[in-house]
Amino acid sequence: MSSVTAVIDYGMGNLHSVQSALVKAGASDVIVTSDLSLIEAADRVVFPGVGAIKDCLSEFRGLGCEPVLKKVISRSTPVLAICVGMQSLMTHSEENGGVDALDVFGGSVRLFDKSSKTENGEALKVPHMGWNTVSQLTAHPLWDGIPDQSYFYFVHSYFVPRSECSDALATVNYGVEAAAVIGRGNVFATQFHPEKSHDHGLRLLSNFLTWDGTC
Amino acid sequence: MLAKRIIPCLDVDQGRVVKGVNFVGIRDAGDPVEIAKRYNDAGADEVTFLDITASHEQRDTTFRTVEQIASEVFIPLAVGGGVRSLDDIRRLLNAGADKVSINTAAITNPALVADAAARFGSQCIVVAMDVKSTGQGSRYELFTHGGRRETGLEAVAWAEKMVTLGAGELLLTSMDRDGTQDGYDLDITQRISAAVTVPVIASGGVGNLDHLVDGLTKGGADAVLAASIFHFGTFTVGEAKAHLGKAGIAVRH
Repeated sequence: MSSVTAVIDYGMGNLHSVQSALVKAGASDVIVTSDLSLIEAADRVVFPGVGAIKDCLSEFRGLGCEPVLKKVISRSTPVLAICVGMQSLMTHSEENGGVDALDVFGGSVRLFDKSSKTENGEALKVPHMGWNTVSQLTAHPLWDGIPDQSYFYFVHSYFVPRSECSDALATVNYGVEAAAVIGRGNVFATQFHPEKSHDHGLRLLSNFLTWDGTC
Repeated sequence: MLAKRIIPCLDVDQGRVVKGVNFVGIRDAGDPVEIAKRYNDAGADEVTFLDITASHEQRDTTFRTVEQIASEVFIPLAVGGGVRSLDDIRRLLNAGADKVSINTAAITNPALVADAAARFGSQCIVVAMDVKSTGQGSRYELFTHGGRRETGLEAVAWAEKMVTLGAGELLLTSMDRDGTQDGYDLDITQRISAAVTVPVIASGGVGNLDHLVDGLTKGGADAVLAASIFHFGTFTVGEAKAHLGKAGIAVRH
């Protein structure tokens, strides 16, 4: 593959893992950058996110990334958003006292209810941290070679309720049915961390690297 | 269903993996990058890297090792040991750690936990607690310096305080059991797991696979940490998972 994958670096947290995993998955040219022209020119774009959504969006917008990401999305470049990256694509998040997000997908990001129970009847620990099974709702090129109910690594305290998101492509059960993947057209957004999800995560990244953005 | 996690722990001194018995009498068990890779391939759910390098000046070795591990290991990596400041945490996260654990500094400077959680997010801030039974009723207290220095702090209240400050996970080590192979201290593990709303990792004392089961069931822990039984090949991670699976515990496969 002689294509360029740009990982958007807006100063929030470590992107080394995402870059290493993309290289391991077969990417020939990965750039970690905040340079808007490089992001716009890339063949694929990865929108990672870690930490508090308010800080993430503030840095992201401050660097002028919002119009560029929206342009990239509108012209059908394959885009992979991860964790807070996924949450940032929603309309709104109740984290940090309420934040208006990028509104690429309709729906809100909510806090897990610590008073609810897991499927086993255990008290819900928040963050939802660890490996959980992902239910694929539809066929998608990024699931190629990944069985339904495979384990992926999650670490998050806020989530998108499946009931509030018509674009959910996969779900995860943790006291509530949450969106594990949200996507439409050329955008595939995961609540889990593919770069930390061992073989299935690397396979998903490898599928992303060969994906033409259609489904 | 959320799986219970099995976490091999690498105690690393100046770039080499070691594991002491009760933190005395250290044995060399190899290169941390190779070992972490082996655990990654064997199905470990996470790897913990505990830096026991005494000198702060030699910490550059640690950052390089973390960087090398993070380039080759595609499961979560937690790093602890000698973490004293926001800058230490930032450097470890930038080197590729997914989580950073704070131990002594959480006691000497609890505000660090709050500041770190606010700056980097609770999801990457682990508070490590080394506890011992006082032998007086059910009271356990926090210890530092490998169990040699007492603090007088009661363990359950401390755990609750750390979670209130923003810890996203607790790593609970029994200094009475560490290195004994007698099994986790289930009493304090159960009490702390029940008291807090964040995941708890049980640590200290694993000698066989039933101990892992007990830590997750009777102890109510969300994850179990072990070192020697894996390093010296007594059991593989795969054998541990098969054993947990037979006991009806959800594990990743």
